[in-house]
Amino acid sequence: MTAVIPYGIGTALAALMFVLLRKDRKSVVDMSVHIALAIVAAIFIGFLTVQAIANPGGFLEILIGGLLAGVLYSLVALGFVLIFKASGVFNYAQGAMVLVAGLALVRCLDFMVASGLPFALALVIALAFAVAVMALTATVIEKHVLRPLLNQDGLTLFMSTIGATFVLEGLAQMVFGSDVYPLRLFPTDAWFLMENLFQGGILVNKLDVWGGLIAGILVVSLAAFFQYTKTGRALRAVADDHAAAQSVGIPISWIWFVVWLVAGIVALVAATVWGTKLGIQFSITFLALKALPVLIIGGFTSVPGAIVGGLIVGAGEKLAERYLGEMIGGGIEYWFAYVLALAVLLVRPQGIFGEKIIERI
Amino acid sequence: MLYRETGQFKASYVEDMAILPIRQDRIGLFAILAFAFVGVPLMATFQIWPFGSEYLLRAILLPFLILALAAIGVNILIGYCGQISLGSGAFMAIGAYSAYKFGTGIGEIGLPPLPPILAILLGGLCSALVGILFGIPSLRIKGLYLAVATLAAQFFFDWVFLRVKWFTNYAPSGSVSAPELRFFGYLVETPIEKYLLALTFATVFALLAKNLVRGAIGRQWMAIRDMDIAAELMGIRPFYAKLSAFAVSSFIVGVAGALWAFVYLGSWEPLAFSIDRSLQLLFMVIIGGLGSILGAFLGAAFILILPIFLNQALPVLAAPVLGLGDTLGWHWLSEFGRHMTSTEVVTHLEFIIFGSLICFLLIKEPHGFARLWALAKEKLRLWPFPY
Repeated sequence: MTAVIPYGIGTALAALMFVLLRKDRKSVVDMSVHIALAIVAAIFIGFLTVQAIANPGGFLEILIGGLLAGVLYSLVALGFVLIFKASGVFNYAQGAMVLVAGLALVRCLDFMVASGLPFALALVIALAFAVAVMALTATVIEKHVLRPLLNQDGLTLFMSTIGATFVLEGLAQMVFGSDVYPLRLFPTDAWFLMENLFQGGILVNKLDVWGGLIAGILVVSLAAFFQYTKTGRALRAVADDHAAAQSVGIPISWIWFVVWLVAGIVALVAATVWGTKLGIQFSITFLALKALPVLIIGGFTSVPGAIVGGLIVGAGEKLAERYLGEMIGGGIEYWFAYVLALAVLLVRPQGIFGEKIIERI
Repeated sequence: MLYRETGQFKASYVEDMAILPIRQDRIGLFAILAFAFVGVPLMATFQIWPFGSEYLLRAILLPFLILALAAIGVNILIGYCGQISLGSGAFMAIGAYSAYKFGTGIGEIGLPPLPPILAILLGGLCSALVGILFGIPSLRIKGLYLAVATLAAQFFFDWVFLRVKWFTNYAPSGSVSAPELRFFGYLVETPIEKYLLALTFATVFALLAKNLVRGAIGRQWMAIRDMDIAAELMGIRPFYAKLSAFAVSSFIVGVAGALWAFVYLGSWEPLAFSIDRSLQLLFMVIIGGLGSILGAFLGAAFILILPIFLNQALPVLAAPVLGLGDTLGWHWLSEFGRHMTSTEVVTHLEFIIFGSLICFLLIKEPHGFARLWALAKEKLRLWPFPY
């Protein structure tokens, strides 16, 4: 009897989505796919609601942890979105750029601290050095990879960024070393909230909160940059239409350099947070693969989409791991985000916030 | 001078539609096939260079043939039908593990161990079925969005074969070994036999694929690739065309996966079919040339041999630096040489050179080796008196 209400809620929500999407259905295949997805969604939401009622404290803890972890995915996804918007390049190298930025930062910082500089000054120098490295990366990629490949199709550009990934990974590790370098920029201890409300309180990692704050600041400053600066306006113009932007005198190659530089700085920010979490190491490049479903869910072209997508992926995968994982063998974090992204794509091919794809003959 | 089609008249429709309409091409292909089927095994048996050593057969030719087969499968999907897939590794895994299950027998439904040839083909069939399932999103999603969607297949099946113990017959380590390779009563054991087996599969499937893409279904795929809406308006059913491309592609990739596991690896873990494998296949197809069966072979050869070559060549190239430093007594130079030949740096250098070569090739010839070959043939026809 207690299960009726939660599953009722799930069914109601799924039915609502089903009705809202009625205009997207064009064929019998769409119809059957939607019905199947609605049933799965109803069961999933109902199941989660049952769990939430059974242990609200634990549920909230996982939810908050998941949302904050998701923000960290968004940090990586943001770089993708910037580059895809401005140049239509699906940049597989974003993960490698996080590695490059992180390695440059941590190695320079260690060197400066070892040579006796105060930490704050060393950090400033190291940050400047990392930005310079990212600027160099942006120049090289723009000049030697993208410009010669102008007007090639998306797949070729995508493959060329995979090639660039190999080069960046090899070069960064050869120059800066390939060990695990710990980075301590943010507090990593735990924090207990609402201890009077739930037994034991809700455990939140301070680093995740910092990550959320930084992501917030980053998004606001990016939005301001796009909205209020001359370069930002030019960027948006290029994103809308390359040829038209060029014809009114916007220098495309300069804009692309700026975009890659901004993506590099976003990668640096991601590296500071992820580096504090895991240490700067090679496996950080796999973040690129974690960021892809975030992009799909949010939409390739939307900055807020990257954040919302990150939140959905983070919360979804932590909840699924906790509540479904033990039923079907654990480790489903590994693929859950992708299957979620697939489900979203089946319903909205452009992602939640993506621009509607219009095709002409 | 030699490569002229002058005087070769086509008197019938069949001749006009032949796979290789030019006589010199036919002769060349038959010569290559004869060499591959007869020459190489003979040279290997009699220890004649370069096929005298087992290494070349076992570590280069065998994986080359199997990966070329997989690349043909991927090329059908990406090159001919235009549906980008990053999940090819998963389809290889499905082929491998279902062939393993069929090959060792499924006790739950009372199925006895099947002979390997049947197991491999059934593995391909399972892969095709899953391929159709994961092809359904392609009806709505296009381009790179689809690529990310197929990653779902990759990660999901990585996990399935790692976690669901039934697929590995509850092996405690998660690693499984292929059943005995007995084909029609004949045991395939030595590298030469394995090579011939892989070669047979590659030849048969290459011929099959070539004929498929020349036929009605292949033209439908290409129409969908070039512009799917226009193709739909012309009366091509996207549902049928796209899903058939997924089915055929995954079938071939699945067979290649089963061969990779049974013939090349012998015993394997899910890691053998990770996302890296998918990217490797994608590279083969793109570097070789989208929409070309020949390109799949060229791309596979390049992508497979380049890392092996770099791995061997870099220490050799660095040796003179070391020697020079020692003779001149320049300490820093020999240090530098020693540093450059350490395993770690060689690995990184491999990455760098491989990545830069990929970018270079994409920039110089975005249509791959197949286009280079076509251009060379054009030039050859006019050689030595171009007008």
